[in-house]
Amino acid sequence: MWTVLEGSVAIAEAVRLCRPRVISAYPITPQTHIVEHLARLAADGELEAEVVNVESEHSAASVVLGAVATGVRAYTATSSQGLLLMAEVLYNIAGLRLPVVLTCANRAVSSPINIWNDHQDAMAVRDSGWIQLFAEDNQEAVDLHIQAYRIAELTRLPVMVNVDGFVLTHAYEPVDLPSQEEVDAFLPPFTPRVRLDPDHPLTIGMLAEPHVYMEARYALNEAVLGSAEAIVQVQEEFQKVFGRSSGGLVSADATEDAEIVFIAMGSVLGTIREAVEGLRRQGIRAGVLKVTCFRPFPGEAVVSAVRGARRLVVVEKALSLGSGGVLANEVKAALYESDRRPEVVSVIAGLGGRDVTVAQIDEVAQAILRGERGPVFLGLDPRLLPR
Amino acid sequence: MPGEKVRLRVLTPGHRACQGCGQALGVRLALERVEVPFIVANATGCLEVFSTAYPYSSWAVPWIHSLFENTAAVASGISAALRALGRGEVRVVALGGDGGTADIGLQALSGMFERGDDVLYICYDNEAYMNTGVQRSGLTPPYARTTTSPAGRVKLGNLRPKKDMLSIAIAHGVGYAATASVGYPKDLERKVQKAMGRKGPRYLHIHAPCPLGWGFDPEKTVEIAQLAVQTGLFPLVEIEDGVVTGVRKLPKRLPVEEYLKHQSRFAHLFTSEEGRRAIAEIQAIADANVARYGL
Repeated sequence: MWTVLEGSVAIAEAVRLCRPRVISAYPITPQTHIVEHLARLAADGELEAEVVNVESEHSAASVVLGAVATGVRAYTATSSQGLLLMAEVLYNIAGLRLPVVLTCANRAVSSPINIWNDHQDAMAVRDSGWIQLFAEDNQEAVDLHIQAYRIAELTRLPVMVNVDGFVLTHAYEPVDLPSQEEVDAFLPPFTPRVRLDPDHPLTIGMLAEPHVYMEARYALNEAVLGSAEAIVQVQEEFQKVFGRSSGGLVSADATEDAEIVFIAMGSVLGTIREAVEGLRRQGIRAGVLKVTCFRPFPGEAVVSAVRGARRLVVVEKALSLGSGGVLANEVKAALYESDRRPEVVSVIAGLGGRDVTVAQIDEVAQAILRGERGPVFLGLDPRLLPR
Repeated sequence: MPGEKVRLRVLTPGHRACQGCGQALGVRLALERVEVPFIVANATGCLEVFSTAYPYSSWAVPWIHSLFENTAAVASGISAALRALGRGEVRVVALGGDGGTADIGLQALSGMFERGDDVLYICYDNEAYMNTGVQRSGLTPPYARTTTSPAGRVKLGNLRPKKDMLSIAIAHGVGYAATASVGYPKDLERKVQKAMGRKGPRYLHIHAPCPLGWGFDPEKTVEIAQLAVQTGLFPLVEIEDGVVTGVRKLPKRLPVEEYLKHQSRFAHLFTSEEGRRAIAEIQAIADANVARYGL
């Protein structure tokens, strides 16, 4: 059913359709509207779930950890500092192989304090063992949440659905919300292999000494790497049931003949797509590669999608301090294994909610095609820089 | 024995606890007579380490360890899931040490109390961070020597009083809160039974001597625990719905030296005039406990 909804409400409705039985979260902007809507649904009896209001994100993550370990589907959401406070628990959830689903309404991290959008929060926990998916628009945010539970329960790995704070969470867009029957057909009831049950006592979360710890981490890494297959399988199943393509690892647009390909994640892709159309009108062969799945990193899919390109421009809203663009580094690492070595330009853009415009993207492309190296940081105000 | 109920196996033998471990004894006393099905959430600490070194587990009940400070929240999640599953007959027990409860885990515990979650939280108080090598916690008693509150030329060990966890629990409106000691098994078992008979958040604070950290012979664990009670330093009290309903009286109260002198963590108090004054202060704490609870 097509309706115009705020992104947060659309996400909450998608979560409701997945029938979580325990929901726990702590307020942080810009995630709040999602859990407020879920709380309202529960208060109205439209969602049969225990809503646990906790005193911190650390406890929110711990409550859903305990709930999923007891054998029920659970949900949490956070942003920014909340995700950083959860970090310890996120690693633990992944190590315990608990299929938690979390929405990260992506926001900048302190200091300086800033409530607006970028991807530095999600990047900070990229090594935690969570599958990380990024939505481009609100329809995809809805679809990825429904897929997330399926992927999580198939792989016994937690899934983080990343949705740009404000840009998507607070934007009203038409979305096609599936029916309960459709979602039920796609997402069977949660049947955990391992759970806390007095009839079958299990010890969960044991001490692993040096003779077993490394194997446990190896197995977890194999599971995260192997989840790529499940992500693609779920994407295909989703298309069969719902009739639209969503999710997956990467998706390429006009890259076949492209000499310059933009690579990005999240809502900035909308801006990039418009810029690319403009470049095409000017006779410049430009294309776009969307990375939907950041963890596991689909290196082979990226390399094969950009095979013909001479220049890759990685536009990202994150920065590994002391190193550079996180996505750019991943792309470079993937290319090292291939026989093709296109030039990779890393563009850090839109940190802390700074606008990224079509004109800026266009200018980046023009500069690179003129042989300039292009900006590393897009749109810096030189008056504010250290002298 | 005839008439004796078959004990549920909870913490089976073969684990790696030190000889005379008050915590291992406390777990058995607290949980072996619980007849209803239950799930345990366990904080990081000695108990988790000595009972679950992969691939060996001593636990015969469903058990989960997540992290150090989130045990109360994990227990809340288990409780919420059991409600969602309609399995109200299964109870939830959270176990943490003094550091995991009164220091790093206090925020999560406060949340669990305040929300009224159906969990029995048991704190095993051995008065320092034993698992990491006897560092001071918020429950280390005054003038005890630990590795981070050593007795030196100008300081006599830990200078601060024990955090009053019972009052903290009561201030949250917890319906049942009590102290117990491994020196008084029947009293401890009775309190657990009483706690399990109630719903909502419940708090049990068990004094659990640590031979290694406190410096006494392993065969004296029970005796030391009894002396803490008999000197008035660890009062056994029971508070139901905010009212003190049970107090273990001390008709023949012992001076605190009788408790302190067996433990090397207090040995420095017996060698100087300052130490003597410190012992007098500790005696005043015991006297205040007696006055407060009418021991």
